[in-house]
Amino acid sequence: MSTVDPRVAAAAAMISQRPRIVIVGNGMAGSRLVEEIRSRDPHRMLHITAFGAENHGAYNRVLLSEVLAGRHHPDDIRLAGPGSDDGQVDVRLGVPVVAVDRARREVRAADGSVTPYDVLVLATGSQARIPPLDGLADGSGALLPGGFVFRTLDDCREILAAAAGAHRAVVLGGGLLGLEAARGLAGQGLDVVVVHQFGHLMERQLDPMAGRVLAHTLRVQGVQVRLGAASTAVVRDATGRFGGIRLDDGSCVLADLLVVACGVVPEVTLARAAGLSVDRGVVVDDVLRSVSDPRVFALGECAQHSGQVYGLVAPAWEQATVVAAHITGSDPGARYAGSRTVTRLRAVGVDLAAMGETTLGDDDAAEVVQFADPTRGTYAKMVIRDERLVGAILVGEMSTVGTVTQLFDRGAPVPADRTSLLFGPRRGGQVTTSVAAPGQMPSHATLCRCNGVTKGAIQECVLAGARTVEAVAQATRATTGCGGCRDVVEGIIEWVAAADPDTAPAVPA
Amino acid sequence: MPPGNLGDVSPKPPGGTVAAMAPAVATHCPYCALQCAMTLTVRPGHPVAVAGREFPTNRGGLCQKGWTSADLLTAPDRLTTPLVRNPASGRLQPASWDDALDAVAAGIARIQAEYGRDAVGVFGGGGLTNEKAYALGKFARVALRTSAIDYNGRFCMAAAAAAGNRAFGLDRGLPFPLADVALADVLLLVGSNLAETMPPAMRHLADQRARGGRLVVVDPRLTETAREATIHLQVTPGTDLALALGLLHVVITSDLVDTAYVAARTSGFDAVRRRAAAWWPERVERVTGVPAGDVRRAAYLLADAGTAMVLTSRGAEQQSKGADTVSAFINLALALGLPGRPGSGYGCITGQGNGQGGREHGQKADQLPGYRRLDDPAARAHVAGVWGVAPDTLPMPGKSAYELLAGLGTEGGVRALLVVGSNPAVSAPRAGHIQERLSALDLLVVCDPFRSETAELADVVLPVAQWAEEDGTTTNLEGRVLRRRAAVAPPPGVRTDLEVLGGLAARLGVPHGFPADPEEVFGELRRASAGGVADYAGVTYDRIDDADGVLWPCPDEAHPGTPRMFLESFATGDGRARFVDVDHRPVAEDLDADYPVYLTTGRVLSQYQSGAQTRRVPALVAAAGGPLVELHPDLADHLEIVEGEVVRVVSRRGAAVAAARLTDTIRTDTAFMAFHWPGAGRANLVTNPALDPVSGMPEFKVCAVRLEKVPV
Repeated sequence: MSTVDPRVAAAAAMISQRPRIVIVGNGMAGSRLVEEIRSRDPHRMLHITAFGAENHGAYNRVLLSEVLAGRHHPDDIRLAGPGSDDGQVDVRLGVPVVAVDRARREVRAADGSVTPYDVLVLATGSQARIPPLDGLADGSGALLPGGFVFRTLDDCREILAAAAGAHRAVVLGGGLLGLEAARGLAGQGLDVVVVHQFGHLMERQLDPMAGRVLAHTLRVQGVQVRLGAASTAVVRDATGRFGGIRLDDGSCVLADLLVVACGVVPEVTLARAAGLSVDRGVVVDDVLRSVSDPRVFALGECAQHSGQVYGLVAPAWEQATVVAAHITGSDPGARYAGSRTVTRLRAVGVDLAAMGETTLGDDDAAEVVQFADPTRGTYAKMVIRDERLVGAILVGEMSTVGTVTQLFDRGAPVPADRTSLLFGPRRGGQVTTSVAAPGQMPSHATLCRCNGVTKGAIQECVLAGARTVEAVAQATRATTGCGGCRDVVEGIIEWVAAADPDTAPAVPA
Repeated sequence: MPPGNLGDVSPKPPGGTVAAMAPAVATHCPYCALQCAMTLTVRPGHPVAVAGREFPTNRGGLCQKGWTSADLLTAPDRLTTPLVRNPASGRLQPASWDDALDAVAAGIARIQAEYGRDAVGVFGGGGLTNEKAYALGKFARVALRTSAIDYNGRFCMAAAAAAGNRAFGLDRGLPFPLADVALADVLLLVGSNLAETMPPAMRHLADQRARGGRLVVVDPRLTETAREATIHLQVTPGTDLALALGLLHVVITSDLVDTAYVAARTSGFDAVRRRAAAWWPERVERVTGVPAGDVRRAAYLLADAGTAMVLTSRGAEQQSKGADTVSAFINLALALGLPGRPGSGYGCITGQGNGQGGREHGQKADQLPGYRRLDDPAARAHVAGVWGVAPDTLPMPGKSAYELLAGLGTEGGVRALLVVGSNPAVSAPRAGHIQERLSALDLLVVCDPFRSETAELADVVLPVAQWAEEDGTTTNLEGRVLRRRAAVAPPPGVRTDLEVLGGLAARLGVPHGFPADPEEVFGELRRASAGGVADYAGVTYDRIDDADGVLWPCPDEAHPGTPRMFLESFATGDGRARFVDVDHRPVAEDLDADYPVYLTTGRVLSQYQSGAQTRRVPALVAAAGGPLVELHPDLADHLEIVEGEVVRVVSRRGAAVAAARLTDTIRTDTAFMAFHWPGAGRANLVTNPALDPVSGMPEFKVCAVRLEKVPV
């Protein structure tokens, strides 16, 4: 387009006074919000400043376990974002925000800068929860040598560096993140032990049976699992070097590398200091706005909506679309209504999906359909209420995962044949042309679809004397389309000829 | 032109019988873009006989549509006299050609005088020969001087065309001969049901399989094509783009990118790579319904192949993000280093008979012959020179097809429309609304061999020659220019489209420049296309005869034509293919409580497009039955619908009625209707006209519906 769009010209004129959006956090939620705003603001009416505490541009945290496993290069998990020459977005990497002054509407960053805002978005994410083990952390909460959390790309690099000289790792926590870390370390050639304080793995998502099947699969993959094991202290040698974990039964799990994966806590320090309403997370309404200040939004793992704090990326990205709709004014009616979450374990050799209600009380009337083959690492469980799928677990056999997830997401009715949810549909469809023996095919079966020729018509033609494919084609047009039925027609010719060696038409006497 | 002896192409007719005495005319099928070669044999007193003819594309094969195509020549309801609507009775009544053309010209003059030039519009078709498509575009720009021209190819090829242009600088559906498909170790077919839409093309897939090749098919239905697949990815309608991003994600993160190729032959990879980082297979699974493991398997299969091809078709393209979807698959092909390598590449499988040529020579709103841009001053100057007019008299680009149709009879919209080779009352999305708009015109003129559903709405119907009654060229899905030859004379009273345009132009004060002889028109087309992207300058009727067609670009008569493109460089300014940073977005209309089922549309084997031709062939009607809605037995079970029951398919735009056909080959959340039927069985009464902002393609392939039992 050679002419300048008048709206662009108007926007250019307004550039000095365009509204200023400040986003604290450049992780998966914050960086996604930048993209969502940009896609709704083609004329660049808004100016965005995004602060990232990490030195890296936005990357896909979901894939860190793949980096840890050595399967992905860190460059391959970088997410889309504005370039350094972008006139609209100023991304400040490695610059944590240290304070928010809501009265003056500005944020102060660690580099001493002060940035005014018209709209502030908190996307500060969460921090690893550090369990109270003796000798694990110092007074400030920082881990002592030998111990690592698994939260950021830098964490991942540090673990990999340490793993290079290690033989045995212990992973504290048998939740999603802990298991992905464990499988990743096993992939690096380490012996790995997962220490989990509950009776089965991923207890928040799985029922005990699924946990058992999963533990079995992990053992086959070289990951040992200690269940119901409360750890009490870090064991160190005389030089202070990490040596393992002591459990509450007095036993020790010896290792030379420790990864702590005991869950996360929302990062709400700034919000709390700024006087915003904070419960577990920053309390927000249905447009993700702080209930304390209409100029402040929060999303992702630091936000609390309807009592829920989500620890997965999908909800954060759904929230980003709503926040962007309001900040840009593109859809003032946009509302966030909460998310259905589906947990997918990403680890080599282990395939698992879990969603919704998977553990029921004894007297629960919900319909449960399940199948277990623990030896082969397969388990499936469907929880159905009022003909709707309200929970599901799939381990090992995943052919129905797409269908099951979509049924759960949409609340759509489940099929009458519940087994199709476990094993996939048993499909018949139409008669295929290449399997059945000629004698078994019904006479009305269409063999040449391109020209609508039935077995009966071909049979009749052969009986009438056509003994080559070409002769059958001449008479019936069979085989003249895609040519795919040629073998079948040959088969019929042979079959008829065998039964009727004479070329004379077979007329019943 | 005398019919008959236009080229006896069967020196040894089968059996050496009496047929040897009859003139055998080498031509091509009237239907799809495969343009199967066929021989028509004409014997006085006998129906015209059809036989498949050996050719690189169909290799002698024909489907049922081709075999029965000659039935069109004797269809009993053939129009042989112009019809003009009698204002008193409201009926179409026979008229003389002079009266009909005078009425049309007078109407056009009156409307343009009162409302301006753009108040008269033209709507063309992807089935028109190159000569007609060219003449129609010229007629609009020179005789009518209106910007209001577009064509039904907008509903067909626009998305792939836009994506091809922005990636490669050029849009030729297949940049290699179809037979090259057999050389691909792995073939990825996206939204294509070749086995039903182009059966003889399956011969090349059979060759590919015989060589040990593998096939991956992306389709919401387990189609006859998908049955042949090594991997069938049964996507949720409208999510192909997410799938493409997921495949690219796996290729990138598994270190399977052809980095040397990307560095040497492309630009823009970094942004695309970062975009793909957000589409890990488990996320793709939730959006598409395709298990993450299958996404990985398919990506590995493609990436491990020595040669591989990615081919898209309408399933991927007829979406409100069609161009971006195609771009995402082109990105995948580029990352794997496929385009421009023998036996590999990206291609789009063109649909309509002249879907390729029809989009090259100026019946598109934004285009001049030779695939030139109407807003490019150099292109305007060149074409205006050929046409003998001043460049500044040429109008600027107009609206895309649906926008044009939706504006008919409205304030500032078109008030008189000339429809040639199209049946938008059946084929346009939200067809009920389009039917109203057509009816609201001051003047609707339809050129058609038959009283199509659109002709029924017309004020003037002009009976024109069809397919085997006139000469011309088409350009098939490979960019191969072919000759259609007349085998019989048109019935008395019938004129060719070229004659009609010439007659109208003369009445509008442009007595020259619209010859009726196709070869003369083609000569002018060659000059107009010379130097353009789709350069036909070196193509002649004789050369086509000599060499199984000529593949463009062919800039001069010494040039051999271009079977394989991009081997050295792409048609972009710097010669590099461009990655285009595209992201998935939801369908324009997603499921909700009121409309809980997706509807997707397509073709069946024994019918074609709006059915204006194939519904007139009894054997094809018998084979297809009638309007059907395919649904899964589980869905039918919930709705208490049984096989064969008549149901209403209801969307926000309207309702269609069809008999239920239960099949477990379709997703449980999706229903399918073919779009060939008129009246209450019209699938397009239901479809969503949400347009792709890049290409103007409507979202035919997915909308939200509910299925209702019809009370008895």
